[in-house]
Amino acid sequence: MADIPHEASASAPPAEIEEMELPHAHGWWSTYVFSQDAKVIAVQYAATALAIGAVALVLSWLIRLQLGFPGAVAFIDAERYYQFITMHGMIMVVYLLTALFLGGFGNYLIPLMIGARDMVFPYANMLSFWVYLLAVLVLVASFFVPGGPTGAGWTLYPPQAILSNTPGQQFGIVLMLVSLILFIAGFTMGGLNYTVTVLQARTRGMTLMRMPLTVWGIFVATIMALLAFPALFVAAVMMLFDKLLGTSFFMPTLVEFGEQLSYGGGSPILFQHLFWFFGHPEVYIVALPAFGIVSDLISTHARRNIFGYRMMVWAIVIIGALSFIVWAHHMYVSGMHPYFGFFFATTTLIIAVPTAIKVYNWVLTLWRGDIHFTPPMLFALGFIVTFVNGGLSGLFLGNVVVDVPLSDTMFVVAHFHMVMGVAPILVIFGAIYHWYPKVTGRMLDDAMAKFHFWVTFLGAYLIFFPMHYLGLMGAPRRYFESSDILLMPESAHALNAFISIVAFIVGFAQIVFVFNLIWSRKHGKEAGGNPWRATTLEWQTPETPPGHGNWGKDLPVVYRWAYDYSVPGAAEDFIPQNQPATVTRETPA
Amino acid sequence: MNDTGATQPHAAPTLEPGFKGIVKDWSSDQRSFKTASWGKVMMWVFLLSDTFIFGCFLLSYMTARMSTTVPWPNASEVFALEVFGMHMPLLLIAIMTFVLITSSGTMAMAVNYAYRRDRKKTTALILVTAFFGAMFVGMQAFEWSKLIHEGVRPWGNPWGAEQFGASFFMITGFHGTHVSIGVIFLLIMARKVWRGDLDNGKPGFLTGRKGRYEMVEIMGLYWHFVDLVWVFIFAFFYLW
Repeated sequence: MADIPHEASASAPPAEIEEMELPHAHGWWSTYVFSQDAKVIAVQYAATALAIGAVALVLSWLIRLQLGFPGAVAFIDAERYYQFITMHGMIMVVYLLTALFLGGFGNYLIPLMIGARDMVFPYANMLSFWVYLLAVLVLVASFFVPGGPTGAGWTLYPPQAILSNTPGQQFGIVLMLVSLILFIAGFTMGGLNYTVTVLQARTRGMTLMRMPLTVWGIFVATIMALLAFPALFVAAVMMLFDKLLGTSFFMPTLVEFGEQLSYGGGSPILFQHLFWFFGHPEVYIVALPAFGIVSDLISTHARRNIFGYRMMVWAIVIIGALSFIVWAHHMYVSGMHPYFGFFFATTTLIIAVPTAIKVYNWVLTLWRGDIHFTPPMLFALGFIVTFVNGGLSGLFLGNVVVDVPLSDTMFVVAHFHMVMGVAPILVIFGAIYHWYPKVTGRMLDDAMAKFHFWVTFLGAYLIFFPMHYLGLMGAPRRYFESSDILLMPESAHALNAFISIVAFIVGFAQIVFVFNLIWSRKHGKEAGGNPWRATTLEWQTPETPPGHGNWGKDLPVVYRWAYDYSVPGAAEDFIPQNQPATVTRETPA
Repeated sequence: MNDTGATQPHAAPTLEPGFKGIVKDWSSDQRSFKTASWGKVMMWVFLLSDTFIFGCFLLSYMTARMSTTVPWPNASEVFALEVFGMHMPLLLIAIMTFVLITSSGTMAMAVNYAYRRDRKKTTALILVTAFFGAMFVGMQAFEWSKLIHEGVRPWGNPWGAEQFGASFFMITGFHGTHVSIGVIFLLIMARKVWRGDLDNGKPGFLTGRKGRYEMVEIMGLYWHFVDLVWVFIFAFFYLW
């Protein structure tokens, strides 16, 4: 059965295992706070991630304030500036994007989309959130300890990360490392859940090749995270020992202020390898769920089946696998054997192939589609354009000879903000506009959403496009003060001021989004069960928002893939996955 | 949507052997591993992730050992004991390895008796396994205190590269923690078996998951993994 993904079947195989037993909540606390329901945990994850994300947004304002108007605010001195960029980067990459895509969307969508009642280990799932919250609190605590948070840059490179001249080297770096270790422990509990739920708890008829691409993206990203985070865990433990016990894993022999330190014989490059063995897969841990979600948004809102479903799945898997053998392209300037540089440049460029397949397939899905410019669709289109832009500059940076002069300039900042900052965040917004009606039962306000989209999308381009130019000119990254640099003409400073003003406006515009989230909760239009007329299982639940256990008495049974939109001859322009095929008529050969 | 078969679960369909069978399982619905329960799959995925942690630890240690300019202490001399006036290199480590591998044997027997629903023998064998595990941790504590007494510290030692002590305490400590956690869970499991929680499906204290004899096997997977990791630590740290 279902050898061809888009072939519907009239029946489904019998159930292989008994239904799962749900831990039933008793009272308010276990329903809304210490809940073991994946949907509640998802909202908890998302709310926490968005809250800490708001902190990162404010930090980015402070960074821009200094870059656009150097010295205008006395509060921002060099030390604080480094603390701001460090915390902004780490919060965005780990505590916002990873947590929101996997903990937030993963928890909400995996059980609903594959037809399960819940995650397979609800207790571990709950624990996962609470450990994540603890990690966030430890991270926030570092703002309030003497010396403040670490200012080592989000890559935390030793030896400078723990040397005495780096801001936050007393307590900030320790809290950062402890927080990362906690995050990894918490994520592992959730990640095991997501993996096993997808592998072993699908409903009848739900084959892997009938899963919506959203689930594929989150699933592969979770497996990658389970294999990549160990490297960061080990690096964090070892650096913690270097800092607290005086070991020398990463610390070479050093002279500081004319005084020889007790460290000796360690390898700072080892840390870079460990960090980027985590760090590069991390980019795709963020990107793959975005790829999956955007595929579903485009298909639903263009009323067309996804083009090349099977290729899309394999592209996700191949990107995931390849991303484990490209890490050293972050280390070209650290120095390496030319053959290694050649190897890592080649693998990096090969990743462009499956990625390009995905982009082509999105465009082909749109081609001659019945495109509805709903907020989710706008954000999905915004994502494709932004991702292509960011991806193209990635091809430049993947080459050793181009990377060496561009490394540590604003060009790199522009590149990764486009490709793994703006692009995934556009998907997050689109996904929230898409699934908010399922979570709350009400639509988000359309006018506010469109305003939010245009300001965010155009603003992001006004912010990050000029940075490419600044970078090509040689404007250095991570510099507190660049007005004395001779190669920077007056116009570059004017450009910096312009970027900063746009950044303030875009940042403030997010208030519209937050207001929309709160306002629509009570005053939004009633959504009904399936406002987007979508095929996937989460829109076919008996109640909206879905109750504990998701499906009422009987689990849904799946008879077709997730992309039966505009099927010729069908009564409506979508056929839900749980609708059996009518007995196929005999077609003469 | 209302098909027959929704209510009575069937046993897994007869499994096809070989690569074809794998393809068939993975292209089927509901489950990719037809005979494995959720708990067992979770343990395997966890162990895969944990393998990467130990892998990173060992690779870091090898990098440190190869890149340091100071000579590395000779492991067979450092870990030698004087017994009855005889100089025995690696004696303690050999005994520790023997004890841990023996405990894997008793664990395997416990799993076997668990599936035969032999409560008494299962309990006894789990307790023996836990005892061997505790013995291993005890000998490790002895080893640590001996080395600390001889002046080995995370930041230095009398014989050579300071990464020796750092790697030693970190890697054996992380492994010892795994063993200790295993011993605690073995004791909890022994109590469960003894009380018959796995016979009558008593829900677990925290997770509310019903007791099943498969839990003994899942516990066993973890234990064998910890044992296997030790073999690698033994080979790369003590024998190299």
